[in-house]
Amino acid sequence: MKIKDMKTRCVWLAVVVVSATLTCGRWLTSAAAADTSSSGSVTGMVKFDGNPPKASRIDMSSDPNCKSGASTAMTEDVVAGANGSLENVVVFVADGLEGRTFQPPAQPAVLEQKGCSYRPHVVAIQANQKLNVVNSDATTHNIHPMPANNRESNMIQPPGVPLDLTFAREEIAIPVKCNVHPWMRGYIAVFKHPYFAVTGKDGGFELKDLPPGTYTITAWHGKLGTQSQKVTVGAGQNPKLDFVFKQ
Amino acid sequence: MHRMANKTNLTMAFILLFCALTSHAQQSHIGHLVGNAKHGKALYQRYCIFCHGAQGDGNGDSAPYLDPKPRDFTKATFKCRSTPSGDLPLDSDLYDTITRGVHASGMPSWRPLLRQDRTDLVAYIKTFSPRFQEEQPVAPIQIPSEPPTSPDSVKRGGQLFQSMNCGLCHGKEGRGNGPSAASLTDTRGYPIRPFDLTSGTRLKCGDSDTGIFRDLTTGLDGTPMPSFASALKPDQIWDLVHYVATLRAASK
Repeated sequence: MKIKDMKTRCVWLAVVVVSATLTCGRWLTSAAAADTSSSGSVTGMVKFDGNPPKASRIDMSSDPNCKSGASTAMTEDVVAGANGSLENVVVFVADGLEGRTFQPPAQPAVLEQKGCSYRPHVVAIQANQKLNVVNSDATTHNIHPMPANNRESNMIQPPGVPLDLTFAREEIAIPVKCNVHPWMRGYIAVFKHPYFAVTGKDGGFELKDLPPGTYTITAWHGKLGTQSQKVTVGAGQNPKLDFVFKQ
Repeated sequence: MHRMANKTNLTMAFILLFCALTSHAQQSHIGHLVGNAKHGKALYQRYCIFCHGAQGDGNGDSAPYLDPKPRDFTKATFKCRSTPSGDLPLDSDLYDTITRGVHASGMPSWRPLLRQDRTDLVAYIKTFSPRFQEEQPVAPIQIPSEPPTSPDSVKRGGQLFQSMNCGLCHGKEGRGNGPSAASLTDTRGYPIRPFDLTSGTRLKCGDSDTGIFRDLTTGLDGTPMPSFASALKPDQIWDLVHYVATLRAASK
């Protein structure tokens, strides 16, 4: 009799737990869905006005193992397309998210060393998000970020050895270099929120899922400085924003 | 009433915790000695201020004439540590540097100062950076006992010297004249020379084999010299130490 009683109890308990989970789950998903539908995104283009400075060839002869990349390796100070589209610009929300905190994504970002260059040249991550540093070359690199507001580390990385880096504080942007291959230069931009993008070949960017509000959007380039504009995002609105850099 | 008492207890606990946390940064511990930052400040102003500056930023009156530049304590980045790359040094690391001095730099040995004075200086130097308050102290790296050197170990070390690209900075023969040597700067942008391993001069962070093992494992933060901790196993680091010893012995 007693055992039967307990069984019934267990069944009831299971029913209650399952239904509670389902209700909560549904409530949570609907809340998240509502959030997305009331948010907007900011899209736009970054251009370079005028003739971009010519890239020069990089001499990698000191390390024969870098040779595979040597045939095409050029400096990446300013990389602009034929129509003026500017690559390697970090566009981000600089102001307007006060009082909100964001968890770092579980998915790591990747910074690859390939042909004795950094791929991408500029990588943007969230504070405390893992940055997976990969060495795809047949030579040993050292990865030396030189932050102003984060801890400075300097690790050697032979081919195939995994390495993860994290940065605790926002910093735009941390220069990173390889001391054994002094031509290698890159940047790691660290944000305390997820609203950032790095322009690719087409110079385009999109800041997705921004809650309604007024924001300062800043565009940062390693050599050309920064520019800022104010923008107001309404529910479901996707305002456009363009930046033009000059030398 | 009971609640009130609970609240008071909680407040007291917080005050105690706060005191414990802040006093931690103002103090240093070397063996049984406890350093006092206030006393350390008086010593600092007498002995250290001319190079390291009143703000501890390495911009003292003598700094323009020095190469390498005096350490900027506000960044809390130190070459000679027993902790992993990027982590704060132990009290004993700072104490050892003060005691030993830094060879081939303007930093003399302060061994003539009392042990207590050197401990007080460590406590004061830690007040220049908030990192000593914000970050938890970390465990030092492990140094396993040194296997005896052998021709095989030296040979393996020589191969590592090449595959780890040591030669690109230190030169194929360790003379500090590798193809990348001229490009090297420290974190503050000042030119810095890779160590000439054949020169027979003393190393910056101490000369023993365990010292070299430690330098290879921790890296010299603030300089181009990286840490090999995640790349090599302890036995391989010992091989490298044994190879470096042959370069150094060749000069004697």
